[in-house]
Amino acid sequence: MKEGYELIYKRPGTLTDRRMSYCPGCFHSTIHKFMMEIVEEMDIQDKTVGVCPVGCSVFAYHYLDIDMQEAAHGRAAAVATGIKRVLPDRIVFSYQGDGDLAAIGTAETLHACNRGENFTFIFINNGIYGMTGGQMAPTTLDGQITSTCPYGRDVDTAGMPLKMAEIISTFEKVAYVERVSCNTPANARKAKRAIKKAFEYQMEGLGTTFIEVASNCPSNWKLTPEESLKWLEEKVFPYYPLDVFRDVKKLKKEE
Amino acid sequence: MAELKLMKGNEALAEAAIRAGMQAYFGYPITPQSEVIEYLAVQEPNHNYVLIQAESELAAVNMLYGAGGAGARVMTTTSSPGFTLMQEGISYMACAEIPCVLVNVVRGGPGLGTIQPSQGDYFQAVKGGGHGDYHLIVLGPNSVQEMVDHIFLAFELADKYLTPVMLLADGATGQMMEKVMMPQPKEYKPDKPWATTGKTKDRERNILTSLFIQSEDMEQRNLKLQAKYKKILANEIRYEEYMTEDAEFIIVAYGLSSRIVKNVVLQGRKDGLKLGLFRPITLWPYPWDKIGKLAAEDRVKFFMSVEMNAGQMVEDVKLAVCGKKPVFFFGRLGGIVPTPEETYEAIKEKIKE
Repeated sequence: MKEGYELIYKRPGTLTDRRMSYCPGCFHSTIHKFMMEIVEEMDIQDKTVGVCPVGCSVFAYHYLDIDMQEAAHGRAAAVATGIKRVLPDRIVFSYQGDGDLAAIGTAETLHACNRGENFTFIFINNGIYGMTGGQMAPTTLDGQITSTCPYGRDVDTAGMPLKMAEIISTFEKVAYVERVSCNTPANARKAKRAIKKAFEYQMEGLGTTFIEVASNCPSNWKLTPEESLKWLEEKVFPYYPLDVFRDVKKLKKEE
Repeated sequence: MAELKLMKGNEALAEAAIRAGMQAYFGYPITPQSEVIEYLAVQEPNHNYVLIQAESELAAVNMLYGAGGAGARVMTTTSSPGFTLMQEGISYMACAEIPCVLVNVVRGGPGLGTIQPSQGDYFQAVKGGGHGDYHLIVLGPNSVQEMVDHIFLAFELADKYLTPVMLLADGATGQMMEKVMMPQPKEYKPDKPWATTGKTKDRERNILTSLFIQSEDMEQRNLKLQAKYKKILANEIRYEEYMTEDAEFIIVAYGLSSRIVKNVVLQGRKDGLKLGLFRPITLWPYPWDKIGKLAAEDRVKFFMSVEMNAGQMVEDVKLAVCGKKPVFFFGRLGGIVPTPEETYEAIKEKIKE
């Protein structure tokens, strides 16, 4: 370090050196970095076990320098349940996209939350199937164009986009639910705080913690990264508001 | 201390799993094996295992993946339609090399079928019902005692070879009560340095995956699995022979049907017919070589496979016999257990021909 300089930012030591496969502007890499910063700050690398989904983040274990299991499509919540139940003192998370968590794996997601499984969901909701090339997701917005709804999502036949954070917040054994984003530095900081809080709640054994990230997909939305941030503000947040939907600590205070 | 007990097959296997050091059980109730989870639920307060009644067989098998991958000794039990649902997770566990014990108390199919005993799942057990090139070690118990003994063996084989091991039982073996010698509990000390327990400073991270996106890597994983299967083939084949030394007509049967055939062999011997029973105990690896050697004996006139299905294991008998002798089949379908009388008639008819 040069004299007169101060180190204010560095890559966390809990990320590997491998170059990420994510597209420019995608929030996956931001969230990966936040999670690993938290693992480093809390000094829990030796206690953290993650579960990868099927989707763009199927390779997350290449980048996160922690023990991980790769789950079948949609089954991350069941896999995380198995890990956490036999290793109750570890910090366990599942990292899943919208197809994984809210379409093929909805049953596993809801039942794990209903049982109050004491692990953390990191749910990356970008409203589209990124890995397979831009097909409709359960969270694709009304009228949004994808390769399998080329004239726009028709909610009369495809149903409404699922609001997972709101649904999950109705379960009594769930401790914390927040929807965050990374479209501005302020929101990104909030996202990191939410993930950290989820891990802390988990360490206290309070129940399921669920962080939904209203995310982007510049490549499949066919927008530049900058335009994708605008789309988030104009189209996504009105339907998927950023908010804390459940916090057992606040509920207890209110009582 | 070992104890002599009178127990139902399903309950005996549950008790055996506890005594073999099972640390986690995940399952979904389905007839005719729901007594397993019920027994484990009653016993739970006295022991230290994790028990979850999952929302589906799909969830159960993936909880098995997670907990098995985290280093625990894990088991699930189900019956045919549930086993079909589990095939996804089994393929993943075979590839990710996660040890676990699976029990299929088979009922009649296809479809929702019947809750009566059947051997209709032979193909989907031994030929790899999920996708890709893999095998399970498959044991075929034919008594309540073997339900117990095979559970101990299955846990050991699973840990030894890092692979899913399955008991292919049937509704009758699960439901019937027999006397059983219950072994004393075994102390189990897991030694699983590959498990995902949290990366400590002294090791690289542990990753359990079945994803190898580069074909070259995927081929390497496949070759590793195949080398393991070769070792299993060389070391783990088990079978029982009954009066085959001088037999002219060899009846091949596993599980429940082997008990029926044993009676038929005795009856045949009384009538002066030289019948013998060959019973594969491991259904994979299958005792092809041993049957092949019997087929090469001059005195042996034919083989007949007796099964509770439309003729599934008979394909392995034919592979083993390799055209040296005729191979016949007799079976009943849809949950019907063949009687000794009709089985004997079927054999005698072929002898007359």
